[in-house]
Amino acid sequence: MDIWSQIFNFDDYGELLYLVRNSIFAGAVLGIVGGLIGTFVLMRDLPFAVHGISELSFAGASAALLIGVNVVAGSMVGSIIAALLIGILGSRAKDRNSIIAVLMPFGLGLGILFLALYKGRSANKFGLLTGQIVSVDDPQLVYLLVISIIVIVGLLLIWRPLTFASIDADVAAARGLPVTAISIVFMLLLGLAVAVSIQIVGALLVLSLLVTPAAAAMRVTASPLLTPLLSVLFAVASVVGGIMLSLGGGLPISPYVTTISFLIYIVCRIVGARRRNDSRSPALANRAAVESRA
Amino acid sequence: MTHDAGAVLSISGGTLRFGARTLWHDLDLAVQPGEFLAVLGPNGTGKTSLLKAILGQQSLTEGDVQLLGRHVGHGSRKIGYIPQQKLIAEGTPLRARDLVALGVNGDKWGLPGSSRAVHRRVDEILESVGATSFGNSPVSRLSGGEQQRLRVGQAIASDPAVLLCDEPLLSLDLAHQRAVSELINEQRARIGTAVVFVTHDVNPILEMVDRVLYLAGGTFRIGTPDEVLQSDVLSEMYGTPVDVFRSHGRVVVVGVPESHDEHAHHPELEKDVVL
Repeated sequence: MDIWSQIFNFDDYGELLYLVRNSIFAGAVLGIVGGLIGTFVLMRDLPFAVHGISELSFAGASAALLIGVNVVAGSMVGSIIAALLIGILGSRAKDRNSIIAVLMPFGLGLGILFLALYKGRSANKFGLLTGQIVSVDDPQLVYLLVISIIVIVGLLLIWRPLTFASIDADVAAARGLPVTAISIVFMLLLGLAVAVSIQIVGALLVLSLLVTPAAAAMRVTASPLLTPLLSVLFAVASVVGGIMLSLGGGLPISPYVTTISFLIYIVCRIVGARRRNDSRSPALANRAAVESRA
Repeated sequence: MTHDAGAVLSISGGTLRFGARTLWHDLDLAVQPGEFLAVLGPNGTGKTSLLKAILGQQSLTEGDVQLLGRHVGHGSRKIGYIPQQKLIAEGTPLRARDLVALGVNGDKWGLPGSSRAVHRRVDEILESVGATSFGNSPVSRLSGGEQQRLRVGQAIASDPAVLLCDEPLLSLDLAHQRAVSELINEQRARIGTAVVFVTHDVNPILEMVDRVLYLAGGTFRIGTPDEVLQSDVLSEMYGTPVDVFRSHGRVVVVGVPESHDEHAHHPELEKDVVL
């Protein structure tokens, strides 16, 4: 089998699609989670924290694999501990970066240790870091759904105060908002979001789901309504598209997901840059409009 | 001193110490509705700490602060806060009107989305701060002066009893300094809010100020600008000859000692409350 037919293979596609309907559903839900929380990750300048949390989440998941308990629960424990540590110790940006840089290799190291001790299927090991070959079973799906719903509902309930505190914590605090508590609640939700994302795209690639779609959306709009909507759309398209493209080849879905989300980002950058140029020079914009009509 | 019942904001016996250093002690201050109070003095004399005390983010060593007859909590809807100008990051998903809307309902929990009433209120505020023309522009693409206009709008959105302004004119050019300070003064007249305005330069607001609180040399003076901004008063505070000149409606203070200059060590700046 040559390499292209391994990457893109659509034999027996209908049957495959039926087999992975759970994963597609889970992917769509994850897309909603990632797209929504991503806008706040960027507003609060936390992309590096997402990466840090995901490494500890990986450590938790591999520990769970080793001792034979639920992997989702393991990664959740890991990511919540990391999220709280980063949230509490790193309220200032500078402290935060160093704390993350200290935690991250520690988490990754632990994870490697647990995996080295693990005697089970090696695909399981690799999957935690770089994403699973599509396989979400029913109990796992329930876990993912429940956690995702908690994150989505939680975000919607604190949306406005979280926005206020993310834009300008001092002013929000002056208005009486509990900004520290808001920040810790957000870190908890972020921890949960990372833990579920790892199940699909793997610890190393979580950023493609929690950061790239929101970053792409922010290139093309500044509307506080349109940004999360587009971000969700991009994230869902990346995950679901990734799963569907990866089906035939039996490869992990993560490269497909990351490539789609990267391409969306590139397109949004180009669109955003064009629009900005146009708005700076109306004359040019007019000429472009005339040309495109011609 | 007991608290003044009619005052919007009152401080009684306020003392602030950091270690062995006393920034001010026995400060009694009552700010009346609609009053414009300028808080002046060199860096490191506790101007920002005073604002933080009013916001409940810094506790006084002694004395207490009351807002509308009650001990201050951690912030309040009755406080409008205008911070130093810091530009909003590129790509922030917020338009000018959304920044103002945060002042209207940004402290409300629950599902996002704004009612028609909020929309109308935001239009009204944009109009009153002269920001209607750029109401739908992304905030991050507005100039510092335009962003500061919006912050004034955001701060007045809850009809606050007091506007706390922390160097709101810093890093604005002269035209914008004038525009923003006039805007704050207009809002004071329009909604009768008191203004506590921390600044290192009184000149842009000199004509609007009712009283000055001058902090320096571990002590303070309160009075009208004419009473406080005098060579003998400031010389006594600094403990060294200081000259105050007035020319063309501007005040220039000359001879402030070295230890009070911008590069001095400021313990309270390092104690900034981390949020």
